[in-house]
Amino acid sequence: MKMTGAQIVIETLIEQGVDTVFGYPGGQVLNLYDALYENSDRINHVLTAHEQGASHAADGYSRATGKVGVVIATSGPGATNIVTGIATAMMDSVPMVAITGNVPCSLIGRDSFQEIDITGITLPITKHNYFVNNIADLADTVREAFQIAKSGRPGPVLIDIPKDVQTAVYDYEPKPVVPFLPNRQPKNKDVEAAIKAIDEAKRPYIYLGGGAIGSKTYEAAIALAEKIDGVIGCSLMGLGAVPTDHPRFLGMQGMHGHYASSMAQNNADLILAVGVRFSDRATGNKEKFAKRATIVQLDVDFAEINKNINVDVGLWGDITESMNDILNGVKEKKNPEWMRIVNRLREKEQKIEEACKAPENALTPKTVFDVINKVVKPDTPLATDVGQHQMWAAQYFKFRTPRTFVSSGGLGTMGFGLGAAIGSAVATGKHTVLVTGDGSFGMNLNELATAVTYNVPVTIVIMNNGVLGMVRQWQTLFFNEHYSNTTLERKTDFVKLAEAFGAKGYITETLDDFERVMTEAFADDSPTVIDCRIDKDEFVLPMLPPGGSIDDMIVSKKGGENDE
Amino acid sequence: MMSDKFVIAVYVDNKFGVLTRVTSMFTRRGFNIDALTVGETECPEYSRITISMSGDGYARAQMINQLRKLHNVKKVELLDKDNSIRRELMIIKVKLNENTRQDVLSSVNIFRGKIIDYAIDSCCIECTGDPTKIDAFIEILKPCGIIEMCRTGQVALERGNGSMISKE
Repeated sequence: MKMTGAQIVIETLIEQGVDTVFGYPGGQVLNLYDALYENSDRINHVLTAHEQGASHAADGYSRATGKVGVVIATSGPGATNIVTGIATAMMDSVPMVAITGNVPCSLIGRDSFQEIDITGITLPITKHNYFVNNIADLADTVREAFQIAKSGRPGPVLIDIPKDVQTAVYDYEPKPVVPFLPNRQPKNKDVEAAIKAIDEAKRPYIYLGGGAIGSKTYEAAIALAEKIDGVIGCSLMGLGAVPTDHPRFLGMQGMHGHYASSMAQNNADLILAVGVRFSDRATGNKEKFAKRATIVQLDVDFAEINKNINVDVGLWGDITESMNDILNGVKEKKNPEWMRIVNRLREKEQKIEEACKAPENALTPKTVFDVINKVVKPDTPLATDVGQHQMWAAQYFKFRTPRTFVSSGGLGTMGFGLGAAIGSAVATGKHTVLVTGDGSFGMNLNELATAVTYNVPVTIVIMNNGVLGMVRQWQTLFFNEHYSNTTLERKTDFVKLAEAFGAKGYITETLDDFERVMTEAFADDSPTVIDCRIDKDEFVLPMLPPGGSIDDMIVSKKGGENDE
Repeated sequence: MMSDKFVIAVYVDNKFGVLTRVTSMFTRRGFNIDALTVGETECPEYSRITISMSGDGYARAQMINQLRKLHNVKKVELLDKDNSIRRELMIIKVKLNENTRQDVLSSVNIFRGKIIDYAIDSCCIECTGDPTKIDAFIEILKPCGIIEMCRTGQVALERGNGSMISKE
């Protein structure tokens, strides 16, 4: 069938199973938007307030479902505005296809109006990208982009399409959804080496990352922990893989990890790392990281093996298969000594928590999350921005379902949250909670307009302390309390702001108030903003100082040392 | 760890922009390369890039792994020093006068170079060989006065009857 390039793009998106795209129109994507208009009964377009919001929404859509998120932007500033969203997706291995328009081929390279070399700009932050200058390649390029984005270790792919390619006419032949490129089969000798290491271990610790969620190996991980009498911890990206209250689960490890999880990892004699990349935020000082442990690393991306941490056994290949092979191959065993150590760590953790406990009824990070945990459903997506509130979410939110944590880990993108929350709410149809800070929310709050326009079910909890809390915490600890440019104390009235956008707005200063408002907001499927006032001197603890090791862990504000 | 010199041969799609993808990755990952050459191969759909680099075992492994991840990279191989032949081409322009002329001409002979342009006060010499030989030749010519020079960076092939792309 003869179609224009723009029609071919939209037709191929539909053919590849895309139901929703996020974007913003402009001069060089007019034809694409015309094709969207013609097909509005077959594909849904969410218009955001800013292209950056659209890119985060496509990302949130993908994180909440595992499907490929799609964002469309025009040339020039439209394209540069999605750069942060693409980089965020790249760092967290989120499958995304970004489509940009560009000036006609005849104007390329002449510094034409709104011309930008977006393939050049996004080279280091995409898994792959394309500049399509021939309509004959267009449909297959879109298909290949989807295949690359979702296969192996997922990531963002950008397609830049000049206007004349969108208007040219060519034959379109429908094709089936592109299959995943096959992952490498794990090698038998590597699997055997992993099994041997696990069989010899007496203090096993299973360490789950984002790759455990992508490969859906959470059930295998729990079964393995039961079989070898081990414990499970995770990185920030691995949160949600295992329910928070599972008896084998110790929580997140790393810079702001749970005490018992970080300490257990340090005491383990075997770490089975599943789809993690040993980020500096997770390991601290690499020289001192898990010195006592044999490390077995499972990853679908061979380049991750030995990249940040030298491992004893590298198992490159399909993680699901590797985990199943390991689960079937290892011997069942009991490690009473290890369980004793772990229980002691848990008790110590509880003691630390008791010691830091705020007075009853105080509105603190912990009590805010106690309320949220009480109000939300087991499968409610929780989006966050970046900073202290994000770490509190990681520590205190009760995860019950995989893919419910929508948070920018690797890039740490402030301003990510609202767009991502909209994306995950649109994708899942579920009421989504966004926990953000007054700093992060200020970066992209314009997306409130989007939430209201589409009546997206989202409850926005601003943990408002009037400061850039995480940076302030570092300034307190490492910069002699020089609070350089971290005291916001803005006059923004978030209630009026919400109302100006057409959303509901509340301010809460007590725990009872917050519980009442949160319950009400969550029951109402329209956008609500809750300005939740907390103290500016709250810390995220425990904390491993940057470049420090487990021995440098700060567990309380009073400087109570860890004597384990 | 020891810092060694090594050579990596890479087959890439012979397409617009692929060299940029490769070099952009070097910048992003902080790899410092000594030399890079690129040219056609026996298969028109591929180009061959030869990279000369120094670094320890970690740098070498990372370079190979990160190259393999690029979508347009088809094959990457570390060329073993003992099992490969390496050559580089240099063109060098040297000052001539009555005192240096004979020295220059005899060193060209010794290094099996070729005079490709000759004037009363200067000459251009072409020389190929292993990079260490080229280095040595430059040292010899330095006292005579080097005006300009240009080196291609080395190209390398594995010894024997195999072809890198048809292996496996």
